[in-house]
Amino acid sequence: MSSDSVSNLMKGHMESLAAEGKRADGRGINEFREVKIETGMINTAEGSSMVHLGKTKVLCGIKLLIGTPYGDSPGSGTMTTSTELAPLADQSFDPGPPREASIELARVVDRGIRESRMIDFDALCIEHGERVWMVYIDLHILDNGGNLFDCCTLAAAAALSNAKIPNVQHGIADEDVDLPVTCWPISCTFGRLGDTVILDPTSDEESVMSARLTVAHDEDGNIRAAQKGMNGAFTDAEVREAVKTARKSDNVLREALKGI
Amino acid sequence: MAGQTDMELIKDGVRLDGRKPDELREVKITAGVLDNADGSCYLEWGNNKIYAGVFGPMECHPRHKQKADRAIVQARYTMAPFSVNDRKRPGLDRRSSEISYIVSQAFEKVVMVEEFPKASIRVDMQVVEAHAGTRCAAMTAASVALADAGIPMRDMIPACASGKVNDVVVLDLNKEEDNYGQADLPLAIIPSTGEVVLLQLDGHLTPDQFEEAMDLATSGCMDLYKIMRDALDKSYGGKK
Repeated sequence: MSSDSVSNLMKGHMESLAAEGKRADGRGINEFREVKIETGMINTAEGSSMVHLGKTKVLCGIKLLIGTPYGDSPGSGTMTTSTELAPLADQSFDPGPPREASIELARVVDRGIRESRMIDFDALCIEHGERVWMVYIDLHILDNGGNLFDCCTLAAAAALSNAKIPNVQHGIADEDVDLPVTCWPISCTFGRLGDTVILDPTSDEESVMSARLTVAHDEDGNIRAAQKGMNGAFTDAEVREAVKTARKSDNVLREALKGI
Repeated sequence: MAGQTDMELIKDGVRLDGRKPDELREVKITAGVLDNADGSCYLEWGNNKIYAGVFGPMECHPRHKQKADRAIVQARYTMAPFSVNDRKRPGLDRRSSEISYIVSQAFEKVVMVEEFPKASIRVDMQVVEAHAGTRCAAMTAASVALADAGIPMRDMIPACASGKVNDVVVLDLNKEEDNYGQADLPLAIIPSTGEVVLLQLDGHLTPDQFEEAMDLATSGCMDLYKIMRDALDKSYGGKK
């Protein structure tokens, strides 16, 4: 269903369901949809993954290229995250340069991965100040069923943990080694539906919710990144509660990630 | 096309990947794989991997592109950054734009555009892994996605390339043959009428080799047509 076709009637219905602790698809308010992770399907990528979160499908490919480091971090590799809402993912797709929403998505995913230090950037240095590995995380959204933030973070984490450094192809060493991964960041996204806060919103819920909150944790339960979005607001208590819920609820995603 | 090369691409009638000159790579097609799109298809052709999605008929944007008496087909061919060995910069480049344009025109011949004045039918082709022959593979996937969307069409259009390697005319060039071969001829036809809706050619073919290449690509298209129909039959054919 396209976002503008969800009527006010639907909005009222979803809000009153949420107030009773129910959802249109039968889930509880703090429950994730079914998650499925596959890895290694793209041979031209150094790492790849396909993540299904309910009806949302995201394909992630990792490319590693050699480049020069930034002047302020001569001994560290670099990382770039881009998301592309493939035209086939959404009827409302506009051609042209990435829209603000897509840039926000890429930057939130980027921060979750970067600030958790999931990748050991110092291990990506080939020659101090001269040559480092540049990690490109490209996320392709094939089906937008809502909550792209968590699905993309999960896809990026899965593809990175599946990635190999292409030493042989670039003549750096005799064998390809695993990309050094230190921890597993997981994000949980909440939406405010009327006066209720729900986890893992579907695209229908997204079209009627007023505010969004994404919280990323590492596996030790430390908070690593957060982002509030949309033009509604959360109360202070809701924010604190959501962070606690995220810490409890991300287990199901963490287990799925470890299972690959 | 690098033209004449010392590289031995075919030996005793067997190609580098073990195929005979007139043999297609393995093609697997699944219809209806995406939820948001009105029709969709996932296709594997050798190592090529492609998703196609269709939206419409719907109001045409931008408005100035509307046709008063018919719909237009807006095809879009894009390659994922990770679909090739060197990362491809995201977005439309000149090659993708050209392919999108000629594919749109090819589909306007078979889609019953006169049924939907002022409308647009969007056909999106997303190459997620590329190993030569992606425009043909993408078109083939798009045909199945159009059928999956229930868009009225006169026929589907299978697309397949033939070419020349080491002076032998072959069907469906692989990566090495595409890079080092002598000619590449992508062809798309309407099977029920035999009409050609897409044809490109680069390289070098003698008049006789051109005839042979046309014959070979046409027979490749017909083989493909069967695989396309089987895929739809599997999704929609009901119990046998």
